[in-house]
Amino acid sequence: MGSASPLSRGILCDPAARYGLLVNEPPAYFDAASAAPLHPVARQAMLAALEDGWADPGKLYTQARRAHQLLDAARAATAEVLRVRPDELSFTPGGTAAAHAAVLGGLVGRRRVGGTLVHSAIEHSAVLHAAERHVAGGGSATSVPVARSGRLDLDAWSTAVAAPGVALAALITASHEVGTVQPVAEAAEACATAGVPLYVDAAQSVGRIPVPAGWAVLSASAHKWGGPPGVGLLVVRKGTRWESPYPADEREAGRTPGVPNLPAIVAAAAALRMADAEATAEAGRLSPLVDRIRATVSATVPDVEVVGDPVDRLPHLVTFSCLYVDGEALLHALDRRGFAVSSGSSCTSSTLRPSHVLEAMGVLSHGNVRISLHRGSTAAEVDRFLGELPEIVADLRAEAGVVGL
Amino acid sequence: MNPPEIVVDCLGQRCPLPVIAAARRLVELPVGGVLRVLADDPAAAIDIPAWCRMRGQELVGTSTVDGSPAFDIRRAH
Repeated sequence: MGSASPLSRGILCDPAARYGLLVNEPPAYFDAASAAPLHPVARQAMLAALEDGWADPGKLYTQARRAHQLLDAARAATAEVLRVRPDELSFTPGGTAAAHAAVLGGLVGRRRVGGTLVHSAIEHSAVLHAAERHVAGGGSATSVPVARSGRLDLDAWSTAVAAPGVALAALITASHEVGTVQPVAEAAEACATAGVPLYVDAAQSVGRIPVPAGWAVLSASAHKWGGPPGVGLLVVRKGTRWESPYPADEREAGRTPGVPNLPAIVAAAAALRMADAEATAEAGRLSPLVDRIRATVSATVPDVEVVGDPVDRLPHLVTFSCLYVDGEALLHALDRRGFAVSSGSSCTSSTLRPSHVLEAMGVLSHGNVRISLHRGSTAAEVDRFLGELPEIVADLRAEAGVVGL
Repeated sequence: MNPPEIVVDCLGQRCPLPVIAAARRLVELPVGGVLRVLADDPAAAIDIPAWCRMRGQELVGTSTVDGSPAFDIRRAH
């Protein structure tokens, strides 16, 4: 096996054997919404770009020109997928950095108009943390509620963006926690009527489903579509008043500081082209698997609440909560059986607070499991999960003495 | 409103324990009786109302008792 085998023995196999946790099946990775496995073309592209694209693309010699060409090609390919102009797109050091820049830059650019940020209650924490920074600096933020399905309250949104002094509105295109697709086109229309630019966090949509037009600023994250971690997209449409919130830097059109991570960017662009080309077929394959999970979990696990919109949803993501079950215990039990999932339960978060998304929806937050599939996910994996879940939940309930409550 | 017939102190307990306590103790009351759950885990503020909705029980209200969140549940069936 060469040099990889000591690593895989040391990290993957030995601990499992030591603790008696060996599973018969290969582990099923169901957390693509956190990080999708690297697409094979991304790996190839990254290795090639490590050879060719290590120089600073801003310099004036042969190696730099080669790097610059690679960066231009990556930008052009990415812009084509997003249907934007290449000069509207900057590569950031990740989705979080892109979200921070989108929010803070959008607010700085319109500070003469006002100091209010309107956002949905179910934005990613990166957006909410940027909002907190804005409020701490003397600005204000209006949080717009969602229905129990996780869908934006459009009436409340329209009222909020029409208020005086709104500098920017922020809306996630589809919930990263429950999968509900948001009414972006309608929200954009309300923003246009009010003359307020719309920022969309498209991290879970890009490479999977189309993003409706009408936005002014967009952010996305490469490792959600099969690119490497550490690459984000920040798109600022022409005519948008956006100013960098950072100290001046000439790179990436002045929107994000630092030398771009070119090998990772090239890999991200290659993966995005593939993900975009495969998106319709993958959605057609994964969406029925999510339907199967929704229906089977409801039917075979007692006292479970499957959350999120059953129809208007991402093709690859489903969330449910099991009554009386400790989320952390459930995650560990699933991990022992070879299932990697995420959870919005408070006991699984570093802050020990429940997910603000589940809170905004008013749905059960404990015993929560989020499944997010990817291009390597198979029907067999899903069926194995569905076959084992009822027993896993029943065992945990029996241990806790909550059967029959 | 009548005072609650049973008060369960779940202060310091993490979810799902306050919800489990609510489920265990509510059935000790006759239909119409009110149970108060004291719970300061932030998740309880989401999960106790969600449990009431899932179980068809009535969340009469939430209040603050001696600085701690209190959830009053009326047994509906």
